[in-house]
Amino acid sequence: MKKGWVVFKEILRGIWITARHFTVNMWFHTLRLFGVKTRKKGAVTFQYPEQVKPLAPRHKSLHRILRRENGLPQCVACMMCATVCPSDCIYIEAGETDDPEVQKYPTSFVIDLNRCCFCGFCVEACPVDAIRMDTGEIRLASTSHAGLEYPLEKL
Amino acid sequence: MTDVLILLVKIVLALTWTMLLALCLTWVERKESAVIQDRIGANRASIFGVRILGLFQPFADAIKMIFKEDFVPSFSERVLHTMAPFLSFFFVAVTVVAVPFGDAITVGGRRIALQVADLNAALLFVLAMLGLGIYGILVSGWASNSRFALLGSLRGAAQLISYEVALGLSLVGLVMVFPSLRLSEIVRFQGGLLFGFLPKWGIFIQPLGFAAFFLAALAETKRVPFDLPEGESEIIGFFTEYSGLKWGLFMMTDFLEVIIVSCLATTLFFGGWQVPWLGAGGFHFPWGGAWNLPAWLVTVFQVLAFNLKVFFFCWLQVLIRWTYPRFRYDQVMDFGWKFLVPLGAANILVTGLVLVLK
Repeated sequence: MKKGWVVFKEILRGIWITARHFTVNMWFHTLRLFGVKTRKKGAVTFQYPEQVKPLAPRHKSLHRILRRENGLPQCVACMMCATVCPSDCIYIEAGETDDPEVQKYPTSFVIDLNRCCFCGFCVEACPVDAIRMDTGEIRLASTSHAGLEYPLEKL
Repeated sequence: MTDVLILLVKIVLALTWTMLLALCLTWVERKESAVIQDRIGANRASIFGVRILGLFQPFADAIKMIFKEDFVPSFSERVLHTMAPFLSFFFVAVTVVAVPFGDAITVGGRRIALQVADLNAALLFVLAMLGLGIYGILVSGWASNSRFALLGSLRGAAQLISYEVALGLSLVGLVMVFPSLRLSEIVRFQGGLLFGFLPKWGIFIQPLGFAAFFLAALAETKRVPFDLPEGESEIIGFFTEYSGLKWGLFMMTDFLEVIIVSCLATTLFFGGWQVPWLGAGGFHFPWGGAWNLPAWLVTVFQVLAFNLKVFFFCWLQVLIRWTYPRFRYDQVMDFGWKFLVPLGAANILVTGLVLVLK
């Protein structure tokens, strides 16, 4: 521990640092208040609801089901995602199609975001690249549990 | 009759000034801390979508505090519990009567001092009232009848009484140099010049005294580097059992103390309403040349100068509050008794020597 007169030096250094931060930031705030464009900002804050921070390319957000040209989901209802899901939040009911190329498709595909932990295992597991988590939608609040159960139409 | 009316107007104006400044200080505290820490600070409070840098935040705070439940624990002493914040607030707010805001003005042949009461022992009055402020803390801790509050209030009382000694000692040197205990006389005396060019401010005559005074006064405001009575993060302070507007009154007292300390520092050490080289008729520069001004403009300049100096010291105290972490309790006591009191004593000795040898 520092003792004696060194303490006073450190005390002065401390107030020098805060005073410097104050003056420098106030300078930029004042310039920007009067409409002068500056390279630096006075604060590092993002004013969140109005000003959204760009997401990293590897982020995970709300799921997305990719579609074929005819509008049907690319999903073949193989149940891989439902099996690998650690939160058990994907419910799939399989149905048959007339298209011989496709054969199976989900008649109902519900992701329960009440349970989802956004691990991304479903994306990894999918053999036909039908599900992705790259919508950028991260504000998923709802006033009811039912509002967080996303059926196929909303995905 | 007219005298009473003038006095009433002065009281109202002085109190309004203090309360508005205290209200602004809550905003300044938020914003300044934010700017120091590279943030923006509270800016969401709005009226019909108008924000003006969050200036409505104090009003939002006030509304919140008014509508909070005013809870008195069943084990507290009801009367004393209610009285404590008012005691605390009153003894600080009453000191503002002694502060001179400007030189005396003449309106319609009547001389009006820009000061509520020109007490002949104003300095002692201010110190006494600041000392009595301890009762608010002691009574609140005692009446709460809770261990945490009592511990906090005892800690606070011990700290404030210790620093009262240092504060008094630091001002003795000043009293030796200045001709009077009247604050208006002290300010008028500081209008002279030192070595022909330096304004005769207390800081230039008593630099050591100012250092001791300011440090002791910081401890008197019981804000962060010295906030042992409160200790909001780990230990619990004397207003543990308070809520709503009574708690708000304690908070307001802290801000009022900041203002009073700023006023005192300005009045005693920075020339009060004196502007350097500004006399009754205008500026008279020591390097020759003068700038004549009408009397009303001189008064405006003086009141503005006083306000600016007070704002500066408020700013400085907020800066200090957001720079330093809290002292440990024994360090506070060591600092007070083993550093500030000897510093004050040394200041008296040096001042005495200079006065004798001069």
